[in-house]
Amino acid sequence: MSLVAYAHCLRGVVGRELLRFVHQRSRFVAALVRPLVWLFVFAAGFRMALGVAMTEPYQTYILYEVYIVPGLVGMIQLFNGMQSSLSMVYDREMGSMRVLLVSPFPRWYLLICKLLAGTMVAIVQVYVFLAIAYLYGVQAPLMGYVLILPALIVTGFMVGALGMLLSSFVRQLENFAGIMNFVIFPMFFLSSALYPLWRIREGSYLVYQVAALNPFTHAVEMIRFTMYEQLNVSATLVALATTAVLLGLAILAYNPARGMAARKGGGE
Amino acid sequence: MSVVQGCVLVALWLSPLAAQAERVFVSNEKDNTVSVIDGATLEVVETIKVGRRPRAMAFSSDGSELFVAVGDDEAIDMIDLETLKVVRSQSSGEDPEVIRVDPHRPYVYVSNEDDNIVSVLDYEERTRVTEIPVGIEPEGLGISPDGKWLIATSETSNMAHIIDLNEMEAVYHRLMGARPRHVEFNQEGNEAWVSAEIGATVSIIDMQDTFDVKHTIRFDVPGVPRETVQAVGVALTSDGRYGFVALGPSNRVAMIDQQTYEVLDYILVGQRVWHLALNADESRLYTTNGVSGDVTVIDVDGFEAIRSIPVGRFPWGVIVEP
Repeated sequence: MSLVAYAHCLRGVVGRELLRFVHQRSRFVAALVRPLVWLFVFAAGFRMALGVAMTEPYQTYILYEVYIVPGLVGMIQLFNGMQSSLSMVYDREMGSMRVLLVSPFPRWYLLICKLLAGTMVAIVQVYVFLAIAYLYGVQAPLMGYVLILPALIVTGFMVGALGMLLSSFVRQLENFAGIMNFVIFPMFFLSSALYPLWRIREGSYLVYQVAALNPFTHAVEMIRFTMYEQLNVSATLVALATTAVLLGLAILAYNPARGMAARKGGGE
Repeated sequence: MSVVQGCVLVALWLSPLAAQAERVFVSNEKDNTVSVIDGATLEVVETIKVGRRPRAMAFSSDGSELFVAVGDDEAIDMIDLETLKVVRSQSSGEDPEVIRVDPHRPYVYVSNEDDNIVSVLDYEERTRVTEIPVGIEPEGLGISPDGKWLIATSETSNMAHIIDLNEMEAVYHRLMGARPRHVEFNQEGNEAWVSAEIGATVSIIDMQDTFDVKHTIRFDVPGVPRETVQAVGVALTSDGRYGFVALGPSNRVAMIDQQTYEVLDYILVGQRVWHLALNADESRLYTTNGVSGDVTVIDVDGFEAIRSIPVGRFPWGVIVEP
């Protein structure tokens, strides 16, 4: 098959996802309201008015709302990744996934197209959120908003691949609540999204260790550093490695011959 | 030149951290040292050993020496700015805290907290010229740009004592907010700003006609307990635009419109911000943060803190080479 055919396929999958996103305005608003509530209400309540102690990549003392923004960017991507996996369960139930998977393109390519589509939707939400945060007074260097893009793509693929892997285990839409309770919340709360790791360490060494191992922590730190024009090498490597592993597992899980799809019978 | 190189140059030019050739001196009260920060790199490049408990600093009139009040040694250490070494020391009387240098005469004025006096020392002749009695526990000192007036605050009497430097005696006494700490004259010399630590106010004294308080600025940092707001160091831009007040344990510097006395913003800095200094072109303000042991650099036009630099323990005073 020619590259043009591949590009056509990619355009079709991404276009469908973006179209669905645009048509579901309530989803767009809901996706934005969640982090904004955290920024305006939660961060205001836990303001740490006397400032958060200096920690990299910040070069001086910051307010809590400044600290929390990269974590909320990660939150948008995490919820969006899960939303995408929810839509895969829905697609499977409705039969539209069959249409996608019977196409002549390789399965891995279709899944990557699907991941890219979900990531792009999340990135649109992230930039709208960052624009509102900027107007609210949380302002990073302008170049940081450009440099953050590769980090957003990596994070989008990471959480998207995780969602895809999970969706291969979920038979029905109703089971998705379990995913929320057992995956999204622990990943988000046991990370550096809301508090610096040194602060978590002061509270509980065990929780600190879990947070330090959580790949979402590394994704958030990768976002945080790039937003302030710096590269956190270890966080970036961990995020990339996690993305590669999850992506491999997701492709395997959707392999009709070997993955979970096979056990459920026929790839749906 | 490539596009990338061009972009880097433009970015450097636009950056508030663009290279500035200035030296910033910071007295570390618990380390008995003075840290020297290079304004271009914003890094500590030298640490000068001085006497015990260094606090206030001032440059000699000719700019060749830095004077440091070393309280526990009851002396003024004099640092040669070429060699960055203490070259001599002059006895100052008990517990010198704040010092000011006369713009016309080789005099340094010293507040002697335990003796309730302001000592006048001749740093060329190395003699004690006179002593001026003031209120209980004198603390802040401010000298008018024309060298005619000196104001001393007494932190227990809660007063500002206005001293005629021709007569070498206090001629007016004015009540201030609780525990007055610091005095700063504006460029014209027609106003003196006096901060009060416990009162959390800045009183503006009319130095032209009445020598009375003509306005009082109060501070209210949103979300911060009132008792942590303590007004200490003051810095005023010479163009009459901004005034800055260090607000102690509230970790904020208030930015004030010098003409309307309106608080424009509260800028977050390190813990327990104590004293302030503007650089020569007044593009930057340096703050000493006693508890966190660092100096925060504020971009004056950007209204924001851009960097905090670790120095010694309990940094107290800061001064920028003119």
